Amino acid sequence: MSRLTEANVKIAHEIIARYPRPKSALIPLLHLAQEQDGWVSDEAMAHLAELVGVTPAEVRGTCTFYEMFKLHPVGTYMVNVCTNIACQLLGGEELLHHAEKTLGIRPGGTTSDGMFTLEDVECIAACTEAPCMQVNYRYGVRLSTDDFDEIIDDLRAGRTPDKLITANPGDQIPSHGTLGLTRQHLDPDKAAGIVPPEQVTENPVWLTTTKGDS
Amino acid sequence: MATGEYVPHAPGYVDSPGTKVVSSRFGYEDSYTLDRYLATGGYEGLKKALANGPEECHGIVREGTLLGRGGAGFPAGIKWGFCPPEVWPRYLVVNGDESEPGTYKDRLLMELDPHQLIEGCLIACYAIGLSQCFLYVRGEMAIAQQRLADALNEAYEAGYVGKNILGTDFSVDIVLHWGAGAYIVGEETALIESLEGNRGMPRLKPPFFPAAVGLYGQPTIVNNVETLANLPWMLEHGAEAYKELGSETSPGTRMFAVSGHVKRPGVYEVEQGVTTYEDLIYGDDYCQGMRDGHELKMFIPGGGSAPWLFPEHVSLPLEARPVGAAGTMLGSGAIVIMDDSTDAVKACLRVVRFFARESCGKCAPCREGTSWEEKILQRILDGNGRPEDLDLLLDVADNISPGPYPVASFEAEGLDAVPFPPRQTTICPLGPSSVAPITSAIRRFRHEFEAKIGTPVEVTA
Repeated sequence: MSRLTEANVKIAHEIIARYPRPKSALIPLLHLAQEQDGWVSDEAMAHLAELVGVTPAEVRGTCTFYEMFKLHPVGTYMVNVCTNIACQLLGGEELLHHAEKTLGIRPGGTTSDGMFTLEDVECIAACTEAPCMQVNYRYGVRLSTDDFDEIIDDLRAGRTPDKLITANPGDQIPSHGTLGLTRQHLDPDKAAGIVPPEQVTENPVWLTTTKGDS
Repeated sequence: MATGEYVPHAPGYVDSPGTKVVSSRFGYEDSYTLDRYLATGGYEGLKKALANGPEECHGIVREGTLLGRGGAGFPAGIKWGFCPPEVWPRYLVVNGDESEPGTYKDRLLMELDPHQLIEGCLIACYAIGLSQCFLYVRGEMAIAQQRLADALNEAYEAGYVGKNILGTDFSVDIVLHWGAGAYIVGEETALIESLEGNRGMPRLKPPFFPAAVGLYGQPTIVNNVETLANLPWMLEHGAEAYKELGSETSPGTRMFAVSGHVKRPGVYEVEQGVTTYEDLIYGDDYCQGMRDGHELKMFIPGGGSAPWLFPEHVSLPLEARPVGAAGTMLGSGAIVIMDDSTDAVKACLRVVRFFARESCGKCAPCREGTSWEEKILQRILDGNGRPEDLDLLLDVADNISPGPYPVASFEAEGLDAVPFPPRQTTICPLGPSSVAPITSAIRRFRHEFEAKIGTPVEVTA
């Protein structure tokens, strides 16, 4: 796989401009690379290193700390079943075993058609709705084994599963790597202005000028 | 209308009687839009803040005793005051990296009312002169990221964020940032490391407070999502109105996520201090009791890091101080209820395994200790436990958190509570947290462990 495309380089520069120091953009940029390719390749990491002015080893150092970044190709859909305590109490492990049987893979594995990668994950913050899972970080909650099969069948057939929750009604489930479907846009004309910390030497102006009823 | 019915756009929240400080819009289908926010009093707190001036605004937050909702419960107004004078710039980092087992309130606050959080950030920045805000959202929370991105775009467009906010001299940028899957990044110095683009490992202390030395070495306030979400209401209604809610030492409301073996699990917003665990677990307005035919065996009172409580402790009020004295913590407001069908060894292993998987590896006692705890518990559960395993387990735990570990009282055995917090040989509390389920479960259910270990078979030559 590859370096960032021209369109993504443009987005990368917009992201970098939001931070007082370029390296702060690294995690969002790694997500951008993963959004482009579905995983993070060495070439992409080397490109990010150029963009933020660090070494490729530093990018790799950051990348390997975070489990959402995949250093090898994974399925189009990442199926993350929670087995942490609240889900375990209400059938999370049984759901995972069912997922293993339905997909024919163990956690960490990918189906031979490249559609699904299964993961056994830690708490994904839907504990009252146990057992739960995420498919490309969209929730399915209070899932029965039948619900699980329905979600998988829908995805195989190219349908958006009713049983997965999206930000807006009708949103698609994007392929692995894309998180939110919209990005923040920081219009330079409307922004307060982002500068490196050493360029700020005085208190913000409003602390002295707005003393009530301004 | 906000109702207690199933809310299709975010299952989990359950409405209940009483004043709602942070969840008042959760029942609306369009709760996350700017239109709904403005139609329901949105950005009024900010306007009041701007009219009062920064010092007065900080004074209201100090006076209202806004306790941090991330887990430690430190008063936000006092934390804000730790910024060294005349050191600029100062930053705000919003901790939205919620991943403590059992916890999810911040996710709902970000998904269902993103403008409320944005307004809270603006108030904090205005009060103490923070010149940029970073909203650090957990990587796995794609819906929250999308809703916050949409909300920020709307708010910039409408002039609530950015340059010369509402025509004043107040200018601040809020940048949406997101993580990539690491529980430890919830620790505030690890959060800052991560925001600098590094591996998310906690920093050595001292300096103890990022308010003195934080992001890029500058004064940095790290506040939890729920803490900041309280600010618009507090500024709009005043410190006095806020203090009328809750108890004297813990004013206001809190979000509690009650999961596990109850009839109606859910996230409830209730007044702190005046509501008890019993009210939440058994109350008709809340969880409506245990599943039919089962009784309470134990419960986690404040997230996976909290030592467990038992049926005789349910009358404790939901307030940090008494819960701390009882040997555990209110923590992140995550309550996991376990009934008599629960295997104490298995539950203990599951929580310990979480900490073993999430240890960042910086400190040896945690890196090595948590994985040994997991291995020993796994072999006990698998029927391969050795007679010395319980002592070994407690010894490994003692290397991470030396001395008596916080634990609830056990009257039947004549044992008193050991108050919170634990001691630690590590930089951050992750390692010591792994000890909580172990000491809790062994003290109370030693017989269950011993039954699994069994009697060794004598081998004769």
